[in-house]
Amino acid sequence: MSTWLWLIPGSPFVGALTIALLGGRLPAARLPWFACAAAGISALTVAAAWLGGAAQEPLRQTLYIWLAVDGWQPSVGFTLDRLALVMVTVVSGVGFLIHVYSVAFMDKEAEQRRYYFYMNLFLAGMLVLVLADNLLLLYFGWEMVGLCSFALIGFWYRDPVKAAAGRKAFTVTRIGDTALAIAIFLLFVQFGTLSFDVLFPLGEGDWEGATAVALLILVGALGKSAQLPLQVWLPDAMAGPSPVSALIHAATMVTAGVYLIARTHPLFELAPGVQWTVAAIGVLTIVYGASCALAQHDIKRVLAYSTVSQIGYMFLALGCGAYALALFHLATHACFKALLFLSAGTLIHSAGGEHHIGRLGELNAGSRTVQLCFLVGAASLAAVPFFTAGFYSKDAILTAAWVAPVGGLLWLFAALGALLTGVYIFRVYLTVFHRSAEPLLRPRGRLPTPIAVPLLLLAALSLSVGFLEFPEGSGGPHTWSTWLESELDLAKHPEHHTTRVLQALSALMAVAGIALAFPLVRRERAGKSLPWQSFLQTGWRFDALYARLFVQPYHRTASALARWVEQGLIEAGLNGLTRGFWVMAAGLRRGVEFGSVERGLTFLVVGLQRGHAMLSATQNGLLSRYAVSVTTGTLALLGFWLFWPWGG
Amino acid sequence: MPWLTVLIFLPLVGGAWIWVRANGQVEYARRGALFVTTVELVIVNFVWLVAEPGGDGYLYIERHAWIPAVGIQYLLAMDGLSLVLVLLTALLGPIAVLVSWNAIQHNWPAFAFLLLASQAGIMGVFLSFDLVLFYVFWELMLVPMYFLVGLWGHERRLYAAYKFFLFTVTGSLLMLVAILGIYFVHGEQTGNNTFDYFQLLNTDVSGTRGMWLMLGFFVAFAVKIPLFPVHSWLPDAHTEAPTAGSIILAGLLLKTGAYGLLRFCLPLFPEASAAFAPVGMALGVVGILYGALLALVQEDMKRLIAYSSVSHLGFVVFGIYAWNLHGLSGAVILMLAHGVTTGAMFALVGMLEERSKTRQLSEFGGLLSPMPRLGAFLLLFTLSSMGMPGLANFVGEFLVLAGVFQHAAGLGVAGALGIIFGVVYLLWMYQRAMLGALRRERRWVDLKRREMVSLGIFAAAVLWLGLYPAPFLDILQGPLGVIMESGPHLSTGEVSGGQ
Repeated sequence: MSTWLWLIPGSPFVGALTIALLGGRLPAARLPWFACAAAGISALTVAAAWLGGAAQEPLRQTLYIWLAVDGWQPSVGFTLDRLALVMVTVVSGVGFLIHVYSVAFMDKEAEQRRYYFYMNLFLAGMLVLVLADNLLLLYFGWEMVGLCSFALIGFWYRDPVKAAAGRKAFTVTRIGDTALAIAIFLLFVQFGTLSFDVLFPLGEGDWEGATAVALLILVGALGKSAQLPLQVWLPDAMAGPSPVSALIHAATMVTAGVYLIARTHPLFELAPGVQWTVAAIGVLTIVYGASCALAQHDIKRVLAYSTVSQIGYMFLALGCGAYALALFHLATHACFKALLFLSAGTLIHSAGGEHHIGRLGELNAGSRTVQLCFLVGAASLAAVPFFTAGFYSKDAILTAAWVAPVGGLLWLFAALGALLTGVYIFRVYLTVFHRSAEPLLRPRGRLPTPIAVPLLLLAALSLSVGFLEFPEGSGGPHTWSTWLESELDLAKHPEHHTTRVLQALSALMAVAGIALAFPLVRRERAGKSLPWQSFLQTGWRFDALYARLFVQPYHRTASALARWVEQGLIEAGLNGLTRGFWVMAAGLRRGVEFGSVERGLTFLVVGLQRGHAMLSATQNGLLSRYAVSVTTGTLALLGFWLFWPWGG
Repeated sequence: MPWLTVLIFLPLVGGAWIWVRANGQVEYARRGALFVTTVELVIVNFVWLVAEPGGDGYLYIERHAWIPAVGIQYLLAMDGLSLVLVLLTALLGPIAVLVSWNAIQHNWPAFAFLLLASQAGIMGVFLSFDLVLFYVFWELMLVPMYFLVGLWGHERRLYAAYKFFLFTVTGSLLMLVAILGIYFVHGEQTGNNTFDYFQLLNTDVSGTRGMWLMLGFFVAFAVKIPLFPVHSWLPDAHTEAPTAGSIILAGLLLKTGAYGLLRFCLPLFPEASAAFAPVGMALGVVGILYGALLALVQEDMKRLIAYSSVSHLGFVVFGIYAWNLHGLSGAVILMLAHGVTTGAMFALVGMLEERSKTRQLSEFGGLLSPMPRLGAFLLLFTLSSMGMPGLANFVGEFLVLAGVFQHAAGLGVAGALGIIFGVVYLLWMYQRAMLGALRRERRWVDLKRREMVSLGIFAAAVLWLGLYPAPFLDILQGPLGVIMESGPHLSTGEVSGGQ
């Protein structure tokens, strides 16, 4: 099986290359199915890996040495252990379903070649990221998914706002990426290797650099996973097509930060302060995202802020050492959030591109199937007790948070988030689907199969995945955490009584949240808005703040450098120098040329004239004087030859 | 077969032949130039394949007496470092001809001769191991470039050519003084007056004298690289040069400066260079950030790329003065990567200019829809330029930073900021040129076959360097190891100027 490991990221990679180089030759109608096949082969290989024993023993494959300098040889090599197996299953599974969905969703688009190229490339990058056996290759995948995210957010690039959203996403995540890069350098300098097998476990000894490195890795994760304070790019990223939002900005890429921290968790255990920070940022983001989601009118922006908030739960779990639970929530979230995005996309599509929830409700464009799927997704997101996957994964995180340092406070924030989650998602559901007035659009007929099948499959998963891990203290199976135990330690939970109380409270929160949505929607229909509506709708005004703090000063610095240093100092200095030479030349011309040289020449000329006059005097035509001169001269010469000691 | 002599004189003689024989026939001149540069490329690849390193790590050495009275020889040699740069020089030759195909409007034969002559000069620079011979080639590559910019350039070509010439001539005069200096010091010490590089390596120049001589070389190279604050000729020269001139300037001429540092500054004056290393690294990091910031506010696309060169070459200097195998390997790989990436970017801007007669970003916008191929290529090279893993520049930048972090984490962090700064101006450029709504109503024609070929070669090189740089890294390990050994045994922490 190991020899086929490369096929998991390789198949979509080859797909992307083929689309890029030969896509023009393929018939346009075949192109989507070709891309689906590339994604499908990848998913099939993952399935084969499950059957082939990857669930027990890690599979490894090294393709070739990437760089080799001075004994350090990072390779292009893959490791499929249990942690990676969870990730590749989610990525290739959801990825394949969304490729299939795209076939029907994007069929009216003109530039499908570009779309499927980046979709396939994204899958390849994401799979490289989770399969990489060293940090350098992980970074490769990390950047590749960032690129695809950029390109797909800006897929409709003719709209400058959408193109700018892509650029913003790339730039903000690059800040995190740079922190990650610095962490990689520090690890390399300290240990001389970047291979996970050698780096982790770090051994028993303390390493004082651990805090700095863990912090830098955290910043990298915050950027990719859109957590405070680097969350600003994700709501704007909704400019991309809905399947892209579902795949990249909900199910897979944005959870890369969670994967990264889970993969490097021994480092965080050496730095408890940083680990607690992970949890603290998590709970702050939960409340932040949920509160912003409350005030959005764009259905996709609600889901975007919801993603920000839900990833906060995963960070909370990571910060409490409950890595397996973080992954569990990652998996369930991938299902129900992809489901929500895909049903929202279908809805928007049939409403002719309308995003506003109020008007979507008036149009009443959703068919029964879409409504049902959205309801399942919303229920799972709100963690409706017992039936939904979201309940099992979120509930476990909440109890695990209780035992962390300052756990009570963490729990309180997380529970508040759980309450708000129910409110905001059911606000959307009720506004969009339960409109008493006469519908403007008749619900269409059957959904196209490529759309219906992924929706129904994801709905089924959103209801069933939770049964893998029953709540702590109950009699049900704990398949998930026991299976991952060999790689990720078990989460700690409070004692039996407390656990029970907490579980009951959080279940109550979900139900209370849903109940609160009803009066809220009624209020909104009456035309009243939330308090602090605009503050919440603009995401706590982070964009304006960052524009003032960073963007504008950066541009001002660049302009100032161009004006003062480049033009004012260097160019002006050079001009001054040239000018100095010119002045010197002019001065020389005046002083030396006109003064000394000219005067000297005048002297010379005058002297020559005088001399000429004197010489002319010799040529007076008197023969006797000529004869005297000739004789004197001859005598002198003779005397010279005869009597000069060295002469003759 | 004296391959090295062939490499230098084939373009020179070929160019002269074309000039004399063409009789003003454009087709003859450009086909001839393409033929000569292609043959040159084939020969270089052949030389690479059959090369077998001698005991001293040199693949080829040619030594003839030239002016024995003062110890000047005709001494050519090639090691791994020379080889990779000669490869780059040969690769850019045919491409420079291809991009000039229709862009050069008048007097193609003379243009062909000057282009080939500058290629010959650059080959000579990379292959000479006698300091006088080196100086001769150093000046030889300058003169044709002056005429290329001055005769075939754009609006302000005379100003740019003049500035370029003054800057580099000033630098190289200092180098000449330094060359004579080390010649006399060596003669004084050994009684053997020679300009032979291999013998001069053993000269003991320490203290203030060594520092001054080193600085003489350094200034000449710094102007060529160019380092902040002597970079001011570069944006003008790049902007005003014809496309082929920009490609040669960015791809090759700048590399001769960095090559000079590696070949002469470090090994000839190890002590002085080690003392100077913190300053060198600081100059590098200033260049990285300054270039990236200035690039953001440029309106002229060629000027923008010129400032990005300042930033990238800052990384190269950064890596060189880190003076460990990672830093040095990274610097050389980045030199190659910058050669192909920036060369390709200039080629692309040239293609845009041929179509629209402008380089102003404000005149572009939305060009991806009429020209998807051009847009795709521009994105590829833009990504490479911003250090996307899997593409050429990343390998170089990563190794450079890995090298720097071993000495000075503080400086390393400052250099790593370049990763963010790069993405800001490059994406801004891409968006302004390619994305958004189509700004100007004109008929844009997508890339033609000839253009696809030249960009395709660049693209292949970028991917090769990015995904499988091992062949290049392997042949570099020998010569870079020699430079390492010449160092005064720097151990970690000794050069920690930035901490």
